Amino acid sequence: MGAEPQFVDAPTGVADAEPLLSIRDLVTEFKTPDGIVHAVDGVSYEVFPGETLGVVGESGSGKSVTVMSVLRLIPQPPGRIANGQILLDGTDLLQLSDADMRKVRGKDVAMIFQDPMTSLNPVLSVGDQLAEAILVHNDIGEDAARKRVVELLELVGVPNADQRFDQYPHEYSGGMRQRAMIAMAMANQPKILIADEPTTALDVTIQAQVLEVLERAKEETNAGVILITHDLGVIAEMADRVVVMYGGRVVETGTVDEIFHSPKHPYTLGLLSSLPRPDVDMERLVPIPGQPPSLINLPSGCSFHPRCHLGEGRQTCRTEIPPLFELGPMRASACHFHEEMEDEIHRVESTTGTAIEGDEA
Amino acid sequence: MSEPSQPDERPKAQDVPVRTGLGGADIVTDDAGLHRADDSGEAPEYHDGTQIVARSQWQLFRRRFFRHKLAMGSMLFLLIITLAAFNAERVAPYGFNEIDVVMRSTPPTFEGWHLFGTDQLGRDYFSRVIYGTRVSLQVAVVVAIISTLIGTTLGAVAGYYRGWVDAILMRFADLIIIVPLLAVLLIFAAFFGQGQPMRIGVIIALLSWPSLARIVRGVFLSLREKEYVQAARAAGAGDLRIMFRHMLPNTMGPILVNMTLVLAAAILLEATLAFLGLGVNPPTPALGLLINAGRSSMLTSWWLIIMPGLTIVAIALAINFVGDGLRDALDPTQQEK
Repeated sequence: MGAEPQFVDAPTGVADAEPLLSIRDLVTEFKTPDGIVHAVDGVSYEVFPGETLGVVGESGSGKSVTVMSVLRLIPQPPGRIANGQILLDGTDLLQLSDADMRKVRGKDVAMIFQDPMTSLNPVLSVGDQLAEAILVHNDIGEDAARKRVVELLELVGVPNADQRFDQYPHEYSGGMRQRAMIAMAMANQPKILIADEPTTALDVTIQAQVLEVLERAKEETNAGVILITHDLGVIAEMADRVVVMYGGRVVETGTVDEIFHSPKHPYTLGLLSSLPRPDVDMERLVPIPGQPPSLINLPSGCSFHPRCHLGEGRQTCRTEIPPLFELGPMRASACHFHEEMEDEIHRVESTTGTAIEGDEA
Repeated sequence: MSEPSQPDERPKAQDVPVRTGLGGADIVTDDAGLHRADDSGEAPEYHDGTQIVARSQWQLFRRRFFRHKLAMGSMLFLLIITLAAFNAERVAPYGFNEIDVVMRSTPPTFEGWHLFGTDQLGRDYFSRVIYGTRVSLQVAVVVAIISTLIGTTLGAVAGYYRGWVDAILMRFADLIIIVPLLAVLLIFAAFFGQGQPMRIGVIIALLSWPSLARIVRGVFLSLREKEYVQAARAAGAGDLRIMFRHMLPNTMGPILVNMTLVLAAAILLEATLAFLGLGVNPPTPALGLLINAGRSSMLTSWWLIIMPGLTIVAIALAINFVGDGLRDALDPTQQEK
């Protein structure tokens, strides 16, 4: 954090460019015996080339389902993409045939999964799996593919890449496997790199290394990165812009600095104030009360209202679904009372004993 | 970890005079050691700790299987039987229709190498059993291969695509399972068998694939939810590639084990068919046929049914033991005892 110039440059610089990927009003549902789960309920966000978009939210907020919908990897019998557009360079991915979609996966849009322990096939050598990712999309020989894989492995910092090629996943450590997964994802120079909680399953000491590799992969491919995580530390470290999701909807968007220093949604504020921070001496943490909402039976109005301090007792919050209020370029909040967030921040600050806003300025 | 290379090098450097250049004998010190290492050109075994000696899946499997004494013994036994059966002309002391007039209805004896005795006509039963085993094994192998192919393919397709494909294929499998096997087998063998081992094998195979199809379907159902299958799909792999390159190798264990079971069952079924006279045509001696022939004189010449019977039991048991060994060796959760 603390790269203050970014705060000024990023939004304007980015706003001029065409978005690489733009998700518009996406609705993804799952049919279950208990009812329809509205996992993603009208989500829209955009990814620009060369930026890292952090997507935060608690479990079940629809972060992963959104990106799985982008790749169209939602299991179809229970799941259904009910509405929306997913435009990649102007093409709606939801309209593509299955065969065309397969050409997009792994080439234009690549994905890094959460758990490197389970996302590599145990019976195939790591090199073969990486080579496969290349061979599926490129008409080149096995030898050329092998050469490219070794290059990729070296790039992501796997030592002895040539020997490592023939080893099996169980011979790799967790960090090495995640490096291999990143290498696999960047193999075809994707336009969009989706990292679904890439460090969650890893040892803390390895996390920083893997994030560094991810950063390098981004620079190498100039891809737009969607980084899904519930670790705000990772967001602060990596992301340029942030999308905060709650109950299958986007509740706030903004640059990292905006989100961290002047959140405009009570949920974002709740996330920030419930997090211990090693850099600041906090008197106490303020948890978000209550439970995440049931996606089958979302609360009426603003889905956050049962847990919200700001909306307590207010009729509007209970009955009206707040739209995303545009607060500036790339800045939006889905709170009816976002103007009052200033006071709310002060209230939380007095409880935690630390400044949320501008603490590093 | 092996020792670091330095201590190995040093005594050599001091004992052996420096061979090449650099002013000869003056430098027989620590320096010499260093120079020597450089000059010799051969890089010493170097470890920076990143080379990992790990056993591959295959090595682990081999290790566990070779330790399984019963399975190894059975494997050896089967190997010998198979070799003998397919080289029957050379191994058997007599031809299968050769008659030793002097030694009729003889119990097992070393005299004239009638190890399994002779029948009323004086035919050597040891030789007949060897020839009979050949037929049994031929049929069994045909059955194992065909039923494995059918069962794996249909099971994989059903488990991967689920939905109506699965429903149709599995109901079809159910249909074959509920049909009384022996009755249908008898009818088919009577009409289409024509006493040829290949045909008998195909008929048995067509009725014995459903068990494997169910197993493979089950494994595929669980595998398709694995993250690496998702990852392969996210990398752009197509259905066929995912099924046969990513999922099938992970199913090899159950398939192999089931194959041994089918092999054993096929031998028994073929023997049953032969016993009932619907297997391979006489005079080719099938094991079941031999038992049938011995049935009439069971009380006087016990060896005529015991010997072929024991052979069938031994082969079926051995195959099952090999299957056990395979199952244990392929199961990664199995601890080495």
